[in-house]
This record gives sequence, C-alpha cells and structure tokens, in this order.
Amino acid sequence: MTDFTRLKSALIEHLKGRAKDVTVKRGNELHCRIVRGGDALALAEFLRRDFDAELILMVANDRRANHRVFEINYLFAQTRENWFLHATMELTPERPTITSMAKFYYPASRFEREINDLFGIAPVRHPDTRPLVRHAFWPEDYFPLRKDAVLPEDFKDDGTAFPFQQVGGEGVYEIPVGPVHAGIIEPGHFRFSVVGETVIDLKIRLYFTHKGTEKLFEGRLPAEGVELAERISGDTTIGHSLAYCQAIETLAGTEVPPRARFLRVILLELERIYNHIADFGMLANDTGFVFAHAHCFRLRERLLRLNKQMTGNRLLRGGIVPGGVGYDLPHELDLPAELDAIIKDFNEIVGICLDNSILMDRLEGAGCLTKQTATDHGALGYIARASGIDIDVRRDHPFAAYGEMNFPWKIPVYQAGDVYARTMIRVEEARESVNLIRQAFHNMPAGPLTCLLGSLPAFEPAFGLVEGWRGAIIHWVMADDSRRMYRVKIKDPSFVNWPALSYALLKNIVPDFPLCNKSFNQSYSGNDL
Amino acid sequence: MTGYLLEIGQALLALLLAPGLTGFIRWVKARLQGRRGAPPWQPYYDLRKLFGKDVVVSKNASWLFRFAPYMIFASTLAVTMIVPLVAAPLPFDAVGDLLAVVYLLLLGTFFLALAGLDPGTPFGGMGASREMTIAAIAEPTIALAIFGLAVGAGSTNLGRIVAQTLANPGGVINPGHLLGFSALFIVMLAETGRMPVDNPSTHLELTMIHEAMILEYSGRYLALIEWAAALKLLVFFSLLSNLFLPWGVATALTPGALGVAVIALALKLAALAVTVAVLETRLAKLRLFRVPELLAVSFVLALLSVTSSFLLR
Repeated sequence: MTDFTRLKSALIEHLKGRAKDVTVKRGNELHCRIVRGGDALALAEFLRRDFDAELILMVANDRRANHRVFEINYLFAQTRENWFLHATMELTPERPTITSMAKFYYPASRFEREINDLFGIAPVRHPDTRPLVRHAFWPEDYFPLRKDAVLPEDFKDDGTAFPFQQVGGEGVYEIPVGPVHAGIIEPGHFRFSVVGETVIDLKIRLYFTHKGTEKLFEGRLPAEGVELAERISGDTTIGHSLAYCQAIETLAGTEVPPRARFLRVILLELERIYNHIADFGMLANDTGFVFAHAHCFRLRERLLRLNKQMTGNRLLRGGIVPGGVGYDLPHELDLPAELDAIIKDFNEIVGICLDNSILMDRLEGAGCLTKQTATDHGALGYIARASGIDIDVRRDHPFAAYGEMNFPWKIPVYQAGDVYARTMIRVEEARESVNLIRQAFHNMPAGPLTCLLGSLPAFEPAFGLVEGWRGAIIHWVMADDSRRMYRVKIKDPSFVNWPALSYALLKNIVPDFPLCNKSFNQSYSGNDL
Repeated sequence: MTGYLLEIGQALLALLLAPGLTGFIRWVKARLQGRRGAPPWQPYYDLRKLFGKDVVVSKNASWLFRFAPYMIFASTLAVTMIVPLVAAPLPFDAVGDLLAVVYLLLLGTFFLALAGLDPGTPFGGMGASREMTIAAIAEPTIALAIFGLAVGAGSTNLGRIVAQTLANPGGVINPGHLLGFSALFIVMLAETGRMPVDNPSTHLELTMIHEAMILEYSGRYLALIEWAAALKLLVFFSLLSNLFLPWGVATALTPGALGVAVIALALKLAALAVTVAVLETRLAKLRLFRVPELLAVSFVLALLSVTSSFLLR
C-alpha cells in the first residue's frame, strides 16, 4: 500500500472526524476542509511525522462576497510519491485569526506575516509580529488583497523606523547598505552587524517593490494573466508563465498536446541555461575575474538571440500560452548543435576559472549554508541542492514532458553548501539542460501546438508547480463564476531562499558578501509581489 | 635656474601623462577581455566633466572633507618633483630623498583615510580602516625596497641612486636589485589600489578599499582625488622603471637628452601599464584577509634585497 492510499483513512482518524469533505482529485491530490484553529498545525505535524510531507504554500482568499468567509488554504507536498494535500480552513469575516504554526516551520511564519499584512488575518501566538510586506505608509486598516480594499487617496509615511533586532556589545557596529545600490539591481536593505570585518548578524529588509501583482491578476481572463505572469520576475519568464498556465490547465482539466509539452521543456531549459551561464560570469566578476564575465556575457548574448529565434523575444516572452506553446521550433534551427557549441565554450571558461587558485580560494568555504539551516528554511532549487537536499520538481512532480524523457538526467547535489557548491551546481545544471533539450528535440512528436482551454469551474482551487531555474515555482489559482481569475497566489523560490542568506553569511567577512549574495541570486521582484 | 624650470616641467609632464596612463591600462584591459573599451584618453574627458560639475557635500562633513582633496593632490604633486622622471640629479634632490617620497605619499593616504571617515558614512569608515591596514604594511616596504638600492649607491637620494646605477650598469643584475624590484612591484599594486588587492573597476561598495573612501566625493573634489590617484600610479611606475632601469634618464640638461628621456619614460610607463593590465586580467581579487599575507611576502623580499645588497657590497 502506498502512502497516498492510506493517507485518507489516516487523516480522518488523526483529526478525529474534523477533516471534512475529504476527496481525491486528479489522482494525486487529496482535498479536505479543516475546522478548528489548531487543526492546521496538527495536520502539519502529522504529515511530517508519518508521511514526510511538508507545507509548501499558504494561500489566503477573501470569499466574503459570495461565501461570507475568509479562506486559508494549506498546500502540503510529498516528493517521494508525488502527491499533494490541500486543506482549506474557513474563517469568520469578523476579526479573522489563525493559529500560528511559525514555531513549527519557518516558512509558515513568513506566509502568516504576509497574510496578516495583505489580508489583516492575524496569526495568534506568532513570535514575530513585525510587518513583512506591509509598508510603513499604508493606512492602518488598508489590506490590499481584501476584495473591498480601497486605494487610499495618498500614502503618508508614519515616520516610524522598522524595528530591526539590535545587536550590542563592545566593538560591534552596523553597516547599513541599500535599499538603493550602486549596480543596476533592485532595492533591498541589508544591515550588517560586524566586529572588525566579521559579520555576526545580517538583517535583510526587502519588500520595497510592492507592485500588487497578485491583485492585478484578479478579474483577468485566463489568457490575459500570462503576460502578467511573464513579468513577475524578468529573468523567469517561462518559469512563471508555465506555472500559471499549468495551474489554469489543471483547473480546466485541459490536456496539453504532446508536442507542446516537449517544446515547454525546451523553453524552460533555455531559460535555465542563459541564467546559469550569465550568473557564472557574474560570480567570476565579483571575484574580480573579469575575463570570465566578459565571455559568459558573450555566450549569454548568443543564447538571448537563440531565444529570439525561438519566440521572437530575447526573454522568451510569448513562449507559453494557455493550452500549449506560442511558437513551433524554427525549421532551419539546429538547436542541439547551437547549444553544444555554446556549452563547449562555457566549459572552457569554467575550466580556466577553476584553474585560477585565487578565484577558487574565494569560492571555497565562503557563505556556507548547512543542510539543517536549508531544511529549516524550506530552501529550494540550487540553494537546497548545494546544501545536500536532493529536490527537483522536474523529477519529484513531473510536468510538461519531463516524465517522458528517455533516460533520467543527472540532478547535481553537493554537500558543502558554500559558494563553490552553488556555483558548480549551476555549471552542471547548464550542461544537463543541454542534454535535456537534445532529448526533447529528438523525441518530439508531431502534432498541434495548442488546444482549446476548457471552461474554468467557479471557485475551485488548482495549482501548478514548475522547477524554474531558481527552484520550485508555485501558482495557485481560483476562477470566479464569470471565468475570470478570482485569486492567484504566486510563490517564487526567492520567498524562502532570501532569509537563508542571512545564515549563510554568518562568520564570513563583509567583502565576501557580494559574492555570497550573487551565489544565491534571489529575485527581489518575485519575492515582493 | 634651468634645473628649477625642469622641476616644474617634470611636474607638468606628470600631471599631463597621469590620466592617460590610467586610461591606457583600462583600454588594454578591455582589449584583453575582448571588449572594445573606452579610448585611453577617456580620463581627460572625465576630469573635465568633473571639474565642471557642482560639488555635493554631506551636512555631516567638516572642513577636513573639503581640505583633504587639495592636500592629497598637493602631496602627490610634490612627490613628482622629487622622483627622477626625466632627469637626474635634480635641484630638489637636496630637499627630499627617498624618505620624503614615502612620507609624502603616506600623507596623502592619511588625509584620504581621514576624509573617508569624516562624513560618517559606513562605507567611508570601512574603506579607511582597510586602507590603513594595508598602508601599515605597505609603506615600510616601499622604503625598504628602495633601501636596497640606497645601500649600493651609498645615499637615500633618488637622483644619486639613478646616477650611480647609470654609472655602474653591471650592478643591475644583482639579486638585491631584482628582489627590491619585485617587492616594490607588489607594494605598488597594493598602494595604487590595483588587483589582486583592490578592484579599481568594481561597483560593489562592500568590497571596495580606495573607492569606498571617495564615495562621498563629487565634482572638482573628486576630480582632484582621481587625478592624484592617477599621479600616484605614475609615481610608482616611474620609481619602478627609473630607479631599477634608469636608462634614458637625462643626466645632462640638453634638449636632445631630455627628448630621449621623455620618450624613454613613455615607453617604460607603457610597458608597465601593459604588465599591470595583463596581471589584472589574469588575477582574481584576493580575499581581504589574504592581502596582509601578500604584503608580508613583499616585505620579506624587500628585507632580503637590503640584506643581499649589504652582503654583496
């Protein structure tokens, strides 16, 4: 008996009948309703203990208009057998609160703070009551994701400083950096507490770029959401648009044609390659080894032009559409040959870098993230894999055509968790991406590129998971009764990976921060929606 | 009288050449990295632009902040009058010797560090602290490396050292000479903020040393500091080339000899510039705490240079 087949009875037994409407959907999703405040925590403990399933997403939803409640949805995933548990809790609209599970799982702490800021649903007994997303100049009663939120006439800064944790002691001083930086990067405030050059604490304050992305999805037709999803994080066009499209396709029960699924693999891997290669150059640049940077950017340019041949856009925009893909492979393009030439150059650059003893000295041992810390943060993507956590949505929850590849590709996992490990993971992944594209290219079936998206059932939840180049991206969607988007919740891996950076940097020296930060390279925009 | 005119001429020549030297290194680096790069004369445009701009000064800055750029510029310019760029000996040789050069350079560094601390920004303080750590090891090494030559020449007077070497060219290939050159070369990289000690082209504030101290500067103040930094590089290049390989330096003040001297200087500077550019392309930046190790190596080299000069005298 597999875990999933015994899950239903175990769940009913464990929650003593408090789990209602327990139903299996789409073969591997168990949906249920939970009632009492403490049930979510009991559920999380039970799932971790008995099933190795972990919380991956919390979604708040304002359904007061037609259902007279707020909803909190908890999504758990089990990677070994590829199943999900989706639990919904309804909250009374007057003074809604949830029982915090912050002390049980750190990402829950952040989801709860986010929900508190955007919905005004307070987590009870939460150890950290500071705002996360909320800006100091939002009015007290302004909760932007509530359906009845009215945009204030003008925002006034209340002038209070953010309550950073204070670090004291002899010889400790603070270095505040940002939110405006010297490079062309997004805003983020980094506050170092240092003794000499050694960092003893780093506080990261992000959320200076709140754009209301999730709110912007509301009221859009499914197809209109794609262009928004493409722009959630500029470097993750395919990752986000694919997760979004998969979610609405799941919701509509639409089967994507085989050729489109193979093309989706190619597009997603192209995105991975160009980001990994460009970032390798940026990492070398941060050690002052400009030569590698110059050449990686040359390769990046070749890849971007390849992208343009594929979809007419250098960042692959327009590549994914609901029900399929936007463009077929250009006839004249020998994609594997192009990529082989690029990866050959890349391997040469990598070889030169790894032969450079000064560069290696900078990478090795810098910014160590232990496996325990990574696990505690629910870290995703190459951050997790560099710290010994073997996760990859492409294998654990196969999507597109990843389940149909002829032979399994290698998922690199390193144990050290340092900058070197994160760098090498990305080098090896770029190489594997070429292998994946070659497989997809040669095995691609003929057939249509798109199919008609089915009708979206009203007020049903669905979600899509994609292994973007940074890690697992989740889009959770719900449509209203006019087939428009009612609620879209996005989780970029940056949301869980950013806080881990603080821990990776401890006991490192200040001038090594840019290198550690670059080895994480998390998205500001994807984190602050 | 001609001697003093020559002093002024030499300082003017240094002022004129310095930005081009920096620009030339950048250009060669760009070429080596496969980029087109800005033309070598770009720093002249930059200086003109900066001199034409308004100055923004922090409210927290004191008089020191405004005074420091002039001090840094003047002290570096003064060095160019003591260092034999085109001719030796010079009338100012009597005023300042090797020790004067070292301490004039240190004076500039000292004021630069003070100016970094003055506005109270974290980056300035960080840069100043790092610069002082490096200067504390680098400055004695400069003196020591040249002492190796001074022992041979029997004088700390730079003009005398040059004249002595020219008169006795066979001495150049002794081990003290070579060790001293290596020591001074490493110190030059550290003192002028080049790789692998400092990255002159980085935008990452947290890794900066020299650039961190001058982050608050703008307009003509920044122009003066940039110009002084370029001058300092030229001074170090001249010390390296003219003390250790003095050929071309005019010993007679004839137009012909001076012309040859200027061309020789330009060639030597260009050769060193290419060397530095190649090094900067080949090297990555050292982890900050490895820098003292590198400087310790150069100090030991300098010490060996002096020792062997004594033993082989």
